[in-house]
Amino acid sequence: MPTVISLTDIRRVFIMGEQQFEALKGVSFSVGEGEFVAIMGASGSGKSTCMNLLGCLDRPTSGVYLLDSLDVGGMDTNQLADIRNKKLGFVFQGFNLLARTPAVENVELPLVYAGLHAKERRAKALAAMERVGLAGKEENHPSQLSGGQQQRVAIARALVNNPAVILADEPTGNLDSATSEEIMNLFTSLNKLGITIIMVTHEADVAAYAGRRITFRDGLIIGDTK
Amino acid sequence: MDFLQTLKIALRALRTNKMRSFLTMLGIIIGIAAVIAMMAVGSGASYVISQQIASIGSNIILVLPGSTTSGGMRSGSGGAQTLTSDDVKAIMSECPSVETSAPVVRSSGLAVYGNMNWSTVIMGTTPEMFDIREWGVSSGRSFGQQDVDGAAKVCLLGQTVAENLFGAVDPVGKIIRLKKIPFTVIGVLDRKGQSPQGQDQDDSIFVPLRTAQRNLVRSNHTNMVGAVMVKARSEALLAKAEEEINSLLKQRHRITNAKDPDFSTRNLSEILAVAEQSSKAMSLLLGAVASISLIVGGIGIMNIMLVSVTERTREIGIRMAIGARKNDILLQFMTEAVLLTMIGGLIGIALGAIGATVVSRILSWPTLISIQSITIAFFFSGAVGIFFGFYPARIAAGLNPIDALRYE
Repeated sequence: MPTVISLTDIRRVFIMGEQQFEALKGVSFSVGEGEFVAIMGASGSGKSTCMNLLGCLDRPTSGVYLLDSLDVGGMDTNQLADIRNKKLGFVFQGFNLLARTPAVENVELPLVYAGLHAKERRAKALAAMERVGLAGKEENHPSQLSGGQQQRVAIARALVNNPAVILADEPTGNLDSATSEEIMNLFTSLNKLGITIIMVTHEADVAAYAGRRITFRDGLIIGDTK
Repeated sequence: MDFLQTLKIALRALRTNKMRSFLTMLGIIIGIAAVIAMMAVGSGASYVISQQIASIGSNIILVLPGSTTSGGMRSGSGGAQTLTSDDVKAIMSECPSVETSAPVVRSSGLAVYGNMNWSTVIMGTTPEMFDIREWGVSSGRSFGQQDVDGAAKVCLLGQTVAENLFGAVDPVGKIIRLKKIPFTVIGVLDRKGQSPQGQDQDDSIFVPLRTAQRNLVRSNHTNMVGAVMVKARSEALLAKAEEEINSLLKQRHRITNAKDPDFSTRNLSEILAVAEQSSKAMSLLLGAVASISLIVGGIGIMNIMLVSVTERTREIGIRMAIGARKNDILLQFMTEAVLLTMIGGLIGIALGAIGATVVSRILSWPTLISIQSITIAFFFSGAVGIFFGFYPARIAAGLNPIDALRYE
């Protein structure tokens, strides 16, 4: 199983005025292709900081982060933007879709920044929407969709550029239990097709869908069970 | 990211807040409309002045007699009678930069035809006068040298005089009386319009110089002329010609005190240059006022763009998370600002053009909307967008994606 993500002794120190706060105190783990990992922990445990680093939205203070064998640590903001665009797909708790923009155009957005032509974009976006079971909802605006449907649009957007990893941050946090199950089943089926998924959650029953659970406390990994 | 997509996103953002977009544009609309209208009025004025220059002729120098001092009172310029027909001939033959010159004696009097009468200016002159002023006849003929030499009692009428004395009747060949002396009308001059000083140049009658000197002007010396009009060989030689005339006349009049000659020269294009300069200063002033309103409008754009960046912090975060580079965000907000100002500019150009047309209709003031002013206004409005859109766009592009995503 090839390694997609490899973290070695990652530290992240926040400097607030004169105070220093070490959110990650030397974290190391790797994720293989096709894994479904849940990152768990209480708030303040460092799991969100870790997620931001994994998502290339932030850079570690020290340590090495290899994403798809690329050393992300030394990249500038433009290179990181390109990595996020081509290697990563994001699914957020609050869906984070663009309002007043048709669903299909939301799904197309990563391809816009990848520089694809309109026709190609549309074809890929439609395919991604079909994969998440949203065929026929292409022209609906987010406000015309239910929470579960909105999250499906977000998942389609994460899938559209064929990323190495999908990063999901509390993807069921804003959904009721029935819809949560629906979304988790979608993740599970995508994972079975070989897509690597890393998900942050604090709910044990949601984490149960994942094949591997990494638990954080006070900036350190305290558990890694398969 | 292709530009078309950027444009589409920007247009959608502007459409989302139609009223706000319009109000934001309003400053630019008013500014550009003002610029266009001002420039139209200004260049209309310049056009009128250049027409007047053409109507007088630009290479002309006017030689006027000086003042006289009698009993301690100095008369104004032109009060003395110091210029003679011989001076005129000397200027023509001895000043190399002078192409031709024509004397003028001026009188005013009543012209009578049948039961109609009209009080007007009567000018005695030579045929060269009409060459200098490039003034042709619209009917009949001009007078020739033989009319001057023979002191013929013939006259040429200006359009205003012809209309007031004859109405629809053709004046050529009719007899009118000037100061009770009968003159045959041999021609009517072309319409010349107003002089830069606002006088109606068509309200005058021209007679041969010697006729005027003998019959119309009360003078001790029938050889005296009231003024001399001189045409230089070219505009470049104007100053040189003026110098030559000055030194020639000083010599001929035996002037020893250089500060008090008995004549003076005036350069008509100088007078016109002053008039043109004042109209330029005027349009510059109006342009400055318009520019200020554009700056105010631009600040309005900047203000709203800053609000927009704050409102859409989350959107910026989303775009960054899925792969937008700093420059993509910068370009997006810049495009929005420039689109705002350019649409505003186009509306402003249309309104300014309408405004200028209305002004020219109501005040019967000529206006000229040049392609140049439209182009300048259009690109200036774009520049305002770039200038005032840059700061908010840079703030947007500089946002941290993590903070932006978390922004409520």
